[in-house]
Amino acid sequence: MDHPSHSAYDIAQVCLLAGKIMLENGGETYRVEDTMTRVAAAFGIRNSQSYVTPTGILFSIDGPQQTTRMIRISERSTDLHKVTLVNAISRKISLGELSVSEAHRLLNEIEGASAMYPLWFKIMAAAIASGCFLIMFGGTWHDFIPVFLAGGIGFAFQLYFHRLVPIKFIAEFLGSVLIGAIAYLFLKAGFGHDLDKMIVGSVMPLVPGLLITNAVRDLMAGHLVSGLSKGAEACLTAFAIGAGIAFVLSFISGVGIG
Amino acid sequence: MIIEQLLMSFVASAAFAILFNVPKGSLLQSGFVGMIGWLLYISLLNVVDEPILPTLISSFVVAVTSQVFAKLYKTPIIVFSVSGIIPLVPGGLAYDAMRKVVENHYDTAVQLAAKALMLSGAIAMGLVFSEVINHLIRRSRL
Repeated sequence: MDHPSHSAYDIAQVCLLAGKIMLENGGETYRVEDTMTRVAAAFGIRNSQSYVTPTGILFSIDGPQQTTRMIRISERSTDLHKVTLVNAISRKISLGELSVSEAHRLLNEIEGASAMYPLWFKIMAAAIASGCFLIMFGGTWHDFIPVFLAGGIGFAFQLYFHRLVPIKFIAEFLGSVLIGAIAYLFLKAGFGHDLDKMIVGSVMPLVPGLLITNAVRDLMAGHLVSGLSKGAEACLTAFAIGAGIAFVLSFISGVGIG
Repeated sequence: MIIEQLLMSFVASAAFAILFNVPKGSLLQSGFVGMIGWLLYISLLNVVDEPILPTLISSFVVAVTSQVFAKLYKTPIIVFSVSGIIPLVPGGLAYDAMRKVVENHYDTAVQLAAKALMLSGAIAMGLVFSEVINHLIRRSRL
């Protein structure tokens, strides 16, 4: 395929935008690199290099129209819908069905699109997941409603705190303090039986399961920098949850009712 | 009892898929992958009396099933594997470890934390194995 009307700059722009959307929304590092070089190759650029870490992307095109560009990634969340959409577009580009400018327009649309599910729906999902995990971890049905509430409220407040204070650690810490407190209050009020199982179920929506597995996977694949930084992020989240629950537990045992 | 576990793991995985904004068309498949993984895990746990091997095998099966679905529905693997893996993540163990820290039982805490780390490693190994095998199959065809 030949695109004489498009400069290397335009192509780099499309590749970077695709990579940025994937990385910001939970795509794996190696897949982001792969997508970027594949898109560049489909637009006729054979010698492109990409270097992706969770906090930034470097992309360079060698040759007469040499360009090197970089973007900083500061906010990361998980939105697999967007990852799927970008994947579909890169597939189309590889098949030669999209021009550079058209691809750029579509990617911009994806980037600006709003979330797939409304907020209340996600909170409901978190609450239901908490309840299900309680049963899966061997809890009794008596604890289902308290865990449902604690998990849902904890998750909702974690989202809310994150909007107030843009530091993830604080939001996760406060969210799990709330979960611990609610679970304990239910136990005291006689609506719960097993505090440990209740707390484990309720914190599951906050647990960084995706990050942990992605981190180890990146490490094994040789992406050492991104593996270590994802691992650090996962450890920090786990520590925030642990510290939040520990805060509540030590309070309880300190007062002497635990 | 087993029906209860199946239903719960299906719903939990699908609910997690919603948290991860998985497209509507893939929610049922995500739940199904999670259910398969959890079913295998709890049945193996009855045979082998330690969680590492069951975790390794079921995360491998989760990854293989996700790969099949990814091919079938032309969707990235991560969409299915992530929600399928979630039930296997050692959240309970990590919590126990942390609880022991709070209670000043550091020796037990370190043991539990090491176990949780081993299980995370087993999950990742299962995922990587399936990728390697997929790679080998694709290579041998060429």
